[in-house]
Amino acid sequence: MLNTVNIFEDDRPEGSDGADQMGHFVTGELDLSHGVALYLEDITVSFDGFKALNNLNLEINAGELRCIIGPNGAGKTTMMDVITGKTRPDSGKAFFGQSIDLTRLTEPEIAHVGIGRKFQTPTIFEQHTVFENLELAMKTDKRVWKSLMAWLAGDERDKIAETLRLIRLDGEADRQAGLLSHGQKQWLEIGMLLMQEPKLLLLDEPVAGMTDDETMRTAELFVSLAGKHSLVVVEHDMAFVEKLGGLVTVLHEGSVLAEGDLATVQNDQRVIEVYLGR
Amino acid sequence: MRKPLTIRILSALDKKSWIALGIFLALALVVIPVLHLNFPEDSALHVSTYAITLIGKIMCYALVAVAMDLIWGYGGILSLGHGLFFALGGYAFGMYLMRQIGRDGSYGADLPDFMVFLDWKELPWFWVGSDSFGWVAFLVMAVPAVVAFVFGYFAFRSRIKGVYFSIITQALTYAAMLLFFRNETGFGGNNGFTDFKRVLGYSITSSETRLVLFGLTAITLAATLVFAAWLVKSKFGRVLTAIRDAESRIMFIGYNPLWYKLTIWVISAVLCGIAGALYVPQVGIINPSEMSPANSIEIAIWVAVGGRGTLIGPIIGAFVVNLAKSWFTVSFPEYWLFFLGLLFIVVTLMLPQGLVGLWKKLMAKKGDAAC
Repeated sequence: MLNTVNIFEDDRPEGSDGADQMGHFVTGELDLSHGVALYLEDITVSFDGFKALNNLNLEINAGELRCIIGPNGAGKTTMMDVITGKTRPDSGKAFFGQSIDLTRLTEPEIAHVGIGRKFQTPTIFEQHTVFENLELAMKTDKRVWKSLMAWLAGDERDKIAETLRLIRLDGEADRQAGLLSHGQKQWLEIGMLLMQEPKLLLLDEPVAGMTDDETMRTAELFVSLAGKHSLVVVEHDMAFVEKLGGLVTVLHEGSVLAEGDLATVQNDQRVIEVYLGR
Repeated sequence: MRKPLTIRILSALDKKSWIALGIFLALALVVIPVLHLNFPEDSALHVSTYAITLIGKIMCYALVAVAMDLIWGYGGILSLGHGLFFALGGYAFGMYLMRQIGRDGSYGADLPDFMVFLDWKELPWFWVGSDSFGWVAFLVMAVPAVVAFVFGYFAFRSRIKGVYFSIITQALTYAAMLLFFRNETGFGGNNGFTDFKRVLGYSITSSETRLVLFGLTAITLAATLVFAAWLVKSKFGRVLTAIRDAESRIMFIGYNPLWYKLTIWVISAVLCGIAGALYVPQVGIINPSEMSPANSIEIAIWVAVGGRGTLIGPIIGAFVVNLAKSWFTVSFPEYWLFFLGLLFIVVTLMLPQGLVGLWKKLMAKKGDAAC
């Protein structure tokens, strides 16, 4: 699949819209032939001299469910900003699959190639209904003209209904999203992510503010998504991390401190120091 | 299955709104003309030329208010320079009206009077074709569209938002005003265009022409309202309000806000241009003061008073504020600006949803009381 190399030849400044002049996303296909979904190499990001990320290296395999933990300020959110195009790294490489260079795409382009992101605080469209939130997120042609003429087809309605059931909001479809409880908002945002049909899901503290029951159900959902999707979950809730299984990466001061299954990581002397030492 | 566009447009308004719209059109196209033409001036039922001009003018303002609501109420982008697009449309049509004067000007020349006065021998290049109604009708929409597109593209691409955007739009209209004040710009300097005689060959001051312009304005306002209602009810409208409420989320689910903002921005500018073109023949003058920053701020006040994001509210706001203005400027001319400022403060502090919001609140209270 060599024809999928990135077509952008020159460096483009942040926020430029070169390729999607008319909303076209010429970004090539996701190539998972080597089994790697996400590849970060030597990523450095500094803000006014402070290195939020410091030579960060991370590799996520296709279908993997990875948890990222780390104390506050370890660079977890900055890492997600880099992957989704919100922040450009000062140096380093960020690839999605074999061929898609994330450092050259805008946020909407990255969404189109198949990366979905859930924010730390639930970010939904509070003035819209639950149904409309899912409708807007649905994977489709998102150019202006298509939106002007869009009319939901039967199978699209079915898909929304299916997601509503999955996130247990089927009774709330016509409710204004801003009126949902915190946990329900989290679920709605996860539902919006699923409507996008992304290949890679980035989830920043998805169970914050959820009840224990909701937390466990979320874990089950994520485990069921792994395999078909790759998931990167940033979380502080260790019970949740344990329930997810999978590898755990510990970030500290912008780089990877340790990696392994939860038990190994928790017994790592350096990790203990970072979490308890100060 | 795809629904035909006609059905979608019909479903843009509910039944009550369609009926209200029908009544409005019947009033504007039948009742008022009949009252104006068939009753003598001393009759209580006579609608005066003054009233027709005033209401026609306010309907043009209402059209601008709807355009402003699209960009501000739904898009969350406060423009304080919408007077510019209104004036551009007005100037474009004014060029045609100037050419329609023909040799009936004070100098009896082929060129408009102000050009003779400046000792110009021929029309500047941008006046070419201005004697053609069709070309000018195109310019009325195209000029605001191009200005809005170029300005909007760079502003939205640079992600300029909120108060910064508002300030730049103010600067834009102010700069344009200064430009149009200059005689060399070729639009009549600070006098602008006036002394129109004809439109499409018909006398511009005759009752019939006035009524036709009045009716056209009413039809345009009604059509704009339907179009705007369709727009905000479409998925495009939902994306637009989503951009207003959570722009980062909309980007991360794959929409590029630039093109959405630019589309509504250009549509809004074009609507203002059309309003300006309808305004000039009815009022009989266009000059650079239409581009003054204060005018553009007033547009925002109409929308705020009526109620943002409601479409009907801005129309009500434009009527209420402008009727108050025409009463004040006759009875207490020196207090008008104080009143306008006070109105804005009161609405901002106490009626964030404007008159429409107040109405809804009262209705809800009444409903509660009935229970």
